[in-house]
Amino acid sequence: MSAGIVTAAERGLIGCHRCGHVVERPSPAPAGDCGRCGAALHRRKPQSLERCWAFLIAAMILYIPANTLTMMRTINPFNSTDDTIISGVVYLWVAGTPELAVIVFVASVMVPIGKFIALLILLLSVRRGSDRDRAGRTRLYRIIERIGHWSMLDVFVVALLVALVRFDLFGRVEAGGGAICFGAVVLLTMMASLSFDPRLIWDTPARHD
Amino acid sequence: MSVDRWVVCEQCDAVHARRELQPGEVADCVRCGHQLYRHHRFDVEMLLALTLTTAIAFLLANVYPIIALDAQGAYNAATIWGAVIATWESGVAPVAFIAALLVFFFPLAQILLFAYVLLGLHGGRRPGEFRQAMHALSLMQPWSMAEVFMLGILVAIVKLQGVMTVIPGIGLWSFAVLTLLLAALTSYDLQDLWDIAERLDGDGGPVAREPA
Repeated sequence: MSAGIVTAAERGLIGCHRCGHVVERPSPAPAGDCGRCGAALHRRKPQSLERCWAFLIAAMILYIPANTLTMMRTINPFNSTDDTIISGVVYLWVAGTPELAVIVFVASVMVPIGKFIALLILLLSVRRGSDRDRAGRTRLYRIIERIGHWSMLDVFVVALLVALVRFDLFGRVEAGGGAICFGAVVLLTMMASLSFDPRLIWDTPARHD
Repeated sequence: MSVDRWVVCEQCDAVHARRELQPGEVADCVRCGHQLYRHHRFDVEMLLALTLTTAIAFLLANVYPIIALDAQGAYNAATIWGAVIATWESGVAPVAFIAALLVFFFPLAQILLFAYVLLGLHGGRRPGEFRQAMHALSLMQPWSMAEVFMLGILVAIVKLQGVMTVIPGIGLWSFAVLTLLLAALTSYDLQDLWDIAERLDGDGGPVAREPA
């Protein structure tokens, strides 16, 4: 343990997750409700690891149809094209602006995959009881918590294009099953990171060997 | 009742003694670097004004079309709700439902709840459903995605530009303003509103505190 740091658990205190109020609860006592806001107090989020694993695995499975199924179908009098996330990025790169192609690629490919890897690192290191670079792992958690919702970008783009391109003569755009899967992936990864309790990173005592 | 003497870091559980901050100062956890609390430039009156402005931007962003298209005489304009309904009709109802929730209902609820809480505090009392309103606000915070939608609008414009004439509407500018205002409003630390409510109770208002 670093010098001078006392944890709430050692001191018999609990910080309320909803309102920040600090409540005195000696460790063996049941945590109960926050006196200020009435929320249930937890020393650690209940079933944090189990819930995080469940959401993460569900998200990783759905990520496959999210990328292989059609995200968007463009129909015009001459032909129709099916776009996935990746072909949409390629189109933006070729016909639009490379800058936006990079943004969409980062939001829809790198952010979800980065989030899968980061959560796996956090879950496995907590299970091993690792004491390596805890501040770094906490920072990793903060980053994925902050950027996770940006992966919804392409789902919103599809919704807008569907609304705009509906000319009978000129063609129209339809959304595909890939959009449903992708939206679900984003929601599931957000629920996974919200379930993870970063305090678990700090709970194992430092080893001196 | 005074505010807490202690602050517990919600990310690493370290206990810190709370102290008064200078304007603009931020208190970070000494162990993991998480931001514990900060000195806010906004008071209740300013937040209330911000909420009202955000409400107006929300109204304009939803009434006026976000983008209009002109393709060889064929004209089509889309509002936010137009996008939701078209997506629903396109056979992907779950996507329409999620978009409506994240882009319309959550921001709207945040604005209304902030107005409710702040009007009460401004009047010098804790409004009746303060707890419930504050819980709803904190639960909704991660799920409101106006800024992601804003970027989505820009991507959609670029995708269409090669094929058709894209006309940005009043709704687009309103939505851009809404995005900024909503970000400012929801970046406000809800714990501060709890502290303000506690101080009001301490100043002789009706105290309804349960034993901790």
